[in-house]
Amino acid sequence: MDEEPREFGFNTRSVHAGQRPDPYTGASATPIYQTAGFVFEDTESASAYFNLQEYGNVYSRIMNPTVGAFEERLANLEGGVGAVAFASGLAAQAGLFFALLEPGDRIAVAKALYGGSTAQLNHLARKLQIGVDWVDMDDPDGWRRAVTADTKVLFAETIANPGGNVLDIGLAAAVAHEVGAPLVVDNTFATPYLCRPLEWGADLVIHSATKFIAGNGTTIAGAVVDSGMFDWSNGRFPSIAEPSSAYHGLRFHETFGVYGLLMKLRSETLRDFGAVLAPFNAFLLLLGLESLAVRMDRHVANALAVAEWLRGQAGVEAVRHPALADSPYRGLVDRYLPAGAGSVFSFDLESGREGGRRFIEALSLWSHLANVGDTKSLVIHPASTTHRQLSDEELAASGVASGTVRLSVGLEDVDDLVWDLERGLCASRGSAVPA
Amino acid sequence: MRVTRLGRPGMNEFQDRRAIQEIVLKARTVAIVGLSASELRASNFVGYYLQRHGYRVVPVNPNEEHVLGEQVYPSLRDVPEHIDVVDVFRDPAAVPEIARAAVAVGADALWLQFGVVSSEGARIAQEGGLEVVMDRCLKVEHAKLLGRMHWLGFDTGVIAGARS
Repeated sequence: MDEEPREFGFNTRSVHAGQRPDPYTGASATPIYQTAGFVFEDTESASAYFNLQEYGNVYSRIMNPTVGAFEERLANLEGGVGAVAFASGLAAQAGLFFALLEPGDRIAVAKALYGGSTAQLNHLARKLQIGVDWVDMDDPDGWRRAVTADTKVLFAETIANPGGNVLDIGLAAAVAHEVGAPLVVDNTFATPYLCRPLEWGADLVIHSATKFIAGNGTTIAGAVVDSGMFDWSNGRFPSIAEPSSAYHGLRFHETFGVYGLLMKLRSETLRDFGAVLAPFNAFLLLLGLESLAVRMDRHVANALAVAEWLRGQAGVEAVRHPALADSPYRGLVDRYLPAGAGSVFSFDLESGREGGRRFIEALSLWSHLANVGDTKSLVIHPASTTHRQLSDEELAASGVASGTVRLSVGLEDVDDLVWDLERGLCASRGSAVPA
Repeated sequence: MRVTRLGRPGMNEFQDRRAIQEIVLKARTVAIVGLSASELRASNFVGYYLQRHGYRVVPVNPNEEHVLGEQVYPSLRDVPEHIDVVDVFRDPAAVPEIARAAVAVGADALWLQFGVVSSEGARIAQEGGLEVVMDRCLKVEHAKLLGRMHWLGFDTGVIAGARS
């Protein structure tokens, strides 16, 4: 015990954190604890688990050892004190905001945001009487202008979907902390391999683990990771600092300190929402995290190669990859994403809505599909799918042009990806598609 | 600027992982100063947990007689047995006096819980030959090393590929 505890590197922790060889069987892979309930040792233990006096398994709607291994691994990689997994990224997001916000509170949110998150926030706002203030995250004064005395949360994506806007995390965190609010960052597109927002001052990270964490497009999942650094007893978060009516008068922050919010999120919010991650899905996510670093290096290299190739092609109006030399986000990429800016980006076709349709139809290797962060390369044309009901004017207002195409670059050979894109570009221009 | 996530500034000296490990593994008798009889207070959670895991808990609190089935002493100086760890749940202003008492009774370590931050108290205990841990939870550190905290998705920092 005289040896100094070692600080292990990211790759080692990706493979080992959260999991130990099973003490009972010696199993090397994490066992899938496919069970709804857990048998109590005795009545004293049972009540200690329910009272949160002892860490114990009660029911898989609240905790499960396979899910716990995934939660610990993700928390470890993000540099948080812990995590709570949910059935999807949107469930994690809804759960966190439900735990943090009260009717009348306001939340400042970057306008450049995944459409599903925008829709969810508008819905939550209406049902829970939350005010949403939309922020231009590219404007250095945007956050400061948006916050009010009622602002309880600031929220943005590390790399925005689909625009590729990069968040100045330090700036947003500074504004958040000036008003006594936590900064919540959706780190889905960067993953903890490319950026760890908690190290730059963010208080909470959320993930759609469906994407690069699962890695193979097999699993819908989400998680909340807490830095443990936010002071929930600053007078603005009574639901975390004051006695909880939903948990027999417990004061979560006072009793559990840096673990208070996560305890509340698990034992109240997840318990009541029921949007729990399945043990088998957690197993797939553990496998995904084991290869995260090697996959992300290839994703990053392939995406940059495709972006650079696209930039020189006839029929391509603009390529919005934040790591390109002439991107307005290049400085922020250098600071926050030195190992790469992920593999999801968009570009505009000159040929508009109709050209976009012809482009997609001519592709044979890329999958036309509404997901990102898969080993397979994926493509979508928002104007003819997710944003189909909008006019060109409404499209422009949402940051999407009629000819915008979003790519999620996978792990295939770049030459093959470019070969297929070339066929799509020919079709978009109305010229003959090469064989 | 990158934020250091290792605790409050200047506190790393009193959050040494090796020292924490040694205290958790070696201690048997823990005097909890400010142990509350209320089952909803953090001190009661910690005392209950430590008892469950085989530690002898000695409550110190002038306002109680019996807590967690144990005789309560009004002050550390009244405890008639050797104390391995003095675990403090009190206002930081009370810590220097508690530290002096911990030195006087010959305790091995002074452990200040989350938010109990007193550089003067830490200095007094350290000069008196005690190991000092500050702004950390004894229950959490035990649960990370030996317990089941990982079942609830908390990071324990344990990295191991060998069978234990």
